[in-house]
Amino acid sequence: MSDKKYLRNDKLPHIWCPGCGNGIVLSALERALEQANVDKDKTVIVSGIGCSSRMPTYMDFNTLHTTHGRALAFATGVKLANPELTVFVIMGDGDATAIGGNHLIHACRRNIGLNAIVVNNNIYGMTGGQYSPLTPTGMKATTAPYGMVERNFDLCELAHAAGATYVARGTVFHAKPLTDLILESMDNDGFSMVEVLSTCPIGFGRRNKIRGNYELMEWVKNRAVNVKAAAKMSEEDLRGKLLIGRLYSEPAEEYTKCYDKIIEIAGKEAKR
Amino acid sequence: MSDIRLMQGNEACALGAIHAGVRFYAGYPITPSTEIAEIMAEELPKYGGKFIQMEDEIAGMAAIIGASLTGKKTLTATSGPGFSLKQENIGYAAMAEVPCVVVNVQRGGPSTGLPTSPAQSEIMQSKYGSHGDRGAIVLTPSTVPECFRLAVRSVNLAEKYMTPVILLMDEIVGHMREAIDLEEERKAEVYDRKKPDCGPEDYVAYAPDENGAPVLAPFGAGYRYHVTGLTHDETGFSTMVPEKVERVNRRLVDKIENNKEDIVMWEETCTDDAESVIVAYGGAARAAREAVELLRAEGKKVGLFRPISVWPFPDKALTALAAKVRSVFVTEMNDGQLAGEVKKVIGGKVPVDGLFVMDGEIMTPQEIADGWKGANQ
Repeated sequence: MSDKKYLRNDKLPHIWCPGCGNGIVLSALERALEQANVDKDKTVIVSGIGCSSRMPTYMDFNTLHTTHGRALAFATGVKLANPELTVFVIMGDGDATAIGGNHLIHACRRNIGLNAIVVNNNIYGMTGGQYSPLTPTGMKATTAPYGMVERNFDLCELAHAAGATYVARGTVFHAKPLTDLILESMDNDGFSMVEVLSTCPIGFGRRNKIRGNYELMEWVKNRAVNVKAAAKMSEEDLRGKLLIGRLYSEPAEEYTKCYDKIIEIAGKEAKR
Repeated sequence: MSDIRLMQGNEACALGAIHAGVRFYAGYPITPSTEIAEIMAEELPKYGGKFIQMEDEIAGMAAIIGASLTGKKTLTATSGPGFSLKQENIGYAAMAEVPCVVVNVQRGGPSTGLPTSPAQSEIMQSKYGSHGDRGAIVLTPSTVPECFRLAVRSVNLAEKYMTPVILLMDEIVGHMREAIDLEEERKAEVYDRKKPDCGPEDYVAYAPDENGAPVLAPFGAGYRYHVTGLTHDETGFSTMVPEKVERVNRRLVDKIENNKEDIVMWEETCTDDAESVIVAYGGAARAAREAVELLRAEGKKVGLFRPISVWPFPDKALTALAAKVRSVFVTEMNDGQLAGEVKKVIGGKVPVDGLFVMDGEIMTPQEIADGWKGANQ
């Protein structure tokens, strides 16, 4: 990889397995940050625990690698304490939707100005392939040797229902559109979430007889349908598919700005 | 001029924190600490500060760590069950060396226990509650003015040693009302976190200062560095190199232990001629002080030793005292948690007995006096 403005090039090569989607997500994010020309000193990258949460290590910003599931809660503290900072939060599917599910819905509800990226590889990769809430029902994991018995939820619908004001989904197959979605999410002054359908060839693909990296990429691609194309498709054709593209953009007043009004009111009270 | 008020320990704690410069609070409601959150919600925005009620105790702890990294002084308050939930992130703050203050207004346990009754059963948890080895600073106030004073000191020590500090209150001092002279208390000195004395190009985030603590620049100030709960070297990036791993783990213990003289606090009452000493702290020390008076009135030469910092424990002072007395008697509202440390420090030189109460009731001076007599016949 050539030297990138926003990367800690001395920290590369990364720890990820061949065929892992994390590198594509990192590249897309790096491109988006470069296109937005963000100030490195005024941007913070927060993450939880897991393979994708190692991403901030390679990024030349103030980076905060937190505890499992809690990235959004740490990021809420960063943003509220200093709203001038641009704050990205990188999480995996297990991190964001299982152990961190509570923080996710409340960050959405508050509409706090965070840019969340959830890298969904359908599995707990770092611990070796256990099922997550987003392991498709029936597919295998080390803790679902007979197939995933639980149902999934649609993460984007969940985030929207909880109050996120920008919600999009991309894939690691569609790298350029992913960059555009991340860039667009930065324009939303409020809580934005981009879910990225990604690949874990070792923990997920191999166990589910999707043997090659290309085949797994193909599997990800075939699950996704562009939201515009979906409008012309039948319910039957859409069964089991996930919509990609910008799904919701419903601007509302951002939380730290709402709190600034509280400071104004309290300041007047104090003077009286 | 004086500004004498009648107030609760919880209120004094909140006002002390604000005096110390706390401008960010994140927490979750829990009895008997909730008044601290309520006061912070009302007061902090008046100072341009921020209050947020998070979705759970874990998030409250996480948010104050995040906020602290922007350079703000931060605090959260909780009680037993919430203190248990916060432990993982307290360990994170210790490992990542992010200053913050956690107030635990102790109530009866285990589990939900006695939400509105006092106990002192988190002495060990306050030091050993999170996994891994590290030094710990834990302060225990015994009066309402001391809640103010120790809130200030907790913030100062957190900022100086770049570590979470536990202000270990109990339901007695948290909810009792007592006179406090705010004018006087507000003379307390305030310590502000160090800023890097070099430019970003020479900055090494986790290089220790003379106290063994790093100088962490506020996020957004132009110093870009990495913060992680993984074992890391001086650059802040993770490492598994044994010498580097040993170095950071050793430093997390040593930066407290080697600065014990600066951190430890204790109080002695009537110990000059004492032949026996009662050891008590926090709310229970109030009854112990009166027990000393009762016993003195009967001609017994008894004194009171009150650790104010339970961790680090004032071991030198107690060792010196133990050389002069014939017995030690520990009173606490748990099954003898600090008594274990007292025995360790005294090392069998004099007998150590105690009165350990777990009934959710405030122990009376007479109970303590009777207990002492039973042990010192």
